[in-house]
Amino acid sequence: MPGLEDLYREIILDHYRSPRNKGELPSPPAVKAEGFNPLCGDEIIVYLIVSSGGVVEDIKISGQGCSISQSSASMMSSSVKGKATSEARDLVKTFKRLMSIHEHEIAATGDSASGIATTSASAAYIHDDEADEEAVDLSKLGDLAALQGVVKFPVRIKCATLSWNTLLQALDEAEAST
Amino acid sequence: MEMSEKRINPDDFRRDFPILSVKENGKRLVYLDSAASSQHPVKVLAAMESYYETSHANVHRGVYKLAEDATAMFESARVAAGRFIGAPDPAREIIFTKNATESLNLVSHSWGRKNLSAGDVIVLTEMEHHANLVPWLMLAEEKGLELRYIPVDSEWELDLTNLDALLEGAKLVCVTLASNVLGTLNPVSLIADAAHAKGALVVADGAQFVPHLPCDVTEIGCDFLAYTGHKMLGPTGIGVLWAKASILEAMPPFLGGGEMILDVRVDGFTPNEIPWKFEAGTPPIAEAIGLAAAIEYLQDIGMDRIREHEMKLTRYALGELEGQFGEKITVYGPPDPTKRSGAISFSVQGVHPHDISQVLDEDGVCIRAGHHCAKPLMRKLQTAATARASLYLYNDQDDIDALVGALDKTLKLFSF
Repeated sequence: MPGLEDLYREIILDHYRSPRNKGELPSPPAVKAEGFNPLCGDEIIVYLIVSSGGVVEDIKISGQGCSISQSSASMMSSSVKGKATSEARDLVKTFKRLMSIHEHEIAATGDSASGIATTSASAAYIHDDEADEEAVDLSKLGDLAALQGVVKFPVRIKCATLSWNTLLQALDEAEAST
Repeated sequence: MEMSEKRINPDDFRRDFPILSVKENGKRLVYLDSAASSQHPVKVLAAMESYYETSHANVHRGVYKLAEDATAMFESARVAAGRFIGAPDPAREIIFTKNATESLNLVSHSWGRKNLSAGDVIVLTEMEHHANLVPWLMLAEEKGLELRYIPVDSEWELDLTNLDALLEGAKLVCVTLASNVLGTLNPVSLIADAAHAKGALVVADGAQFVPHLPCDVTEIGCDFLAYTGHKMLGPTGIGVLWAKASILEAMPPFLGGGEMILDVRVDGFTPNEIPWKFEAGTPPIAEAIGLAAAIEYLQDIGMDRIREHEMKLTRYALGELEGQFGEKITVYGPPDPTKRSGAISFSVQGVHPHDISQVLDEDGVCIRAGHHCAKPLMRKLQTAATARASLYLYNDQDDIDALVGALDKTLKLFSF
């Protein structure tokens, strides 16, 4: 039985208490994408400005939800701001892979979740259609790796991925309009 | 006489529920989610098992003794389900469905499609569960109906100030007897009188009422009543619709198939008599028998005593929540336990209901977190979700104390 400390890591609570990039952007010029989790009523709105050079110039997040969805959104916004849209898409892919790791696979690494979060590369493997046996490089994820523990609580995975799926919608829209 | 004086003792009942002695996370299971689905006493499980072991055959078909036995058990379950809510003619007025949602859909599909047309008005309330809301939204879209809503006031009760105006021209009124979010007990008999004076029929959603309070459809004065088995100690997969025989007779069938016909020709069919007209295909036989056992269990204790116990426990819970957490907690619903059920929704400053439920789970405390299938009401409360602890006969003060203790832990974890 996974413990609460696997889920509510201090860094997650910190992002929940002090969310980064919270707010709205005038739309247009920003694109606006909304995501809902019908299970718990969580709602994430992503405002995104992508430069003509394909860089995420600004991002703001509004909406409401649980600590996992809100902290994940906050971390997501910090990690993609200033990045090229292609890098942002890669990060979405990496993060979603992290969220699809099954519990027994974490256990198989012989490491606790906190160990995994601070260890890089080799620790975690996944079985995913897109990435057979490809390692998730946790060192690239920074704070985001703290969300690793969420996979032990399958009901909450959707909370963690909500903002990322919403970001993808926003990226699609931004790129379609340029 | 001695029975009615006996106080309810949840410890006696807990022993009847095998699941309540299962350890959750090594701790006593504190089950506070009976408004979502209740647990089962041995009596219900044994009745279903015994039916499968000794009496199973399809109903209303075979001429052999086993089939006759099964049919007799199924039909006596129908009578029990009717008597439990004071149905005047239980053998003809009770239709078995899959759940309360299907019961309400039966009314919208059969009665609604036949009797409502463009411009007709249905009056609902702002505190309806999606089950008594979406079927009417669907019908409104199909037929071009007008939907009006009785508002919820600041005391968490229905605001009946403009009831007569709302009922003007209405053909149907759909109202819940007890809110699954607020716990509010609605004055449905008063609303029914006003509705009937305007020529409208009344659909009562009893899903959160029938399991917890004495219920008599003739006293309530509604024309339809829906309830479900799995919120009253019965199995899932069995729901009930009651309606006056005269209304059922005039309604067209709902689903088509075997059982619901008297005769079928290549160019048409003659529907069966009520209630079988509305029961196409093999019905949930074991589930009906399980429901009848649940009803017997509840009646043996007495619905008055169950109500009395739940009111006391609700008073204790409300007092503890407000007393321990004061301004940090918002409890929705009437503060007076006599005006409400034991479904207690609340929110805690700065902590999302999902997180509350997650932390509580570690202490074996099961509560519901979410929008409770009442999104219009959530919007009215200006929240996306609430946490809800809901009580039943097997809960006691220890359960409330465990809830309060685990909530305290939650607040500490999330303290800003």
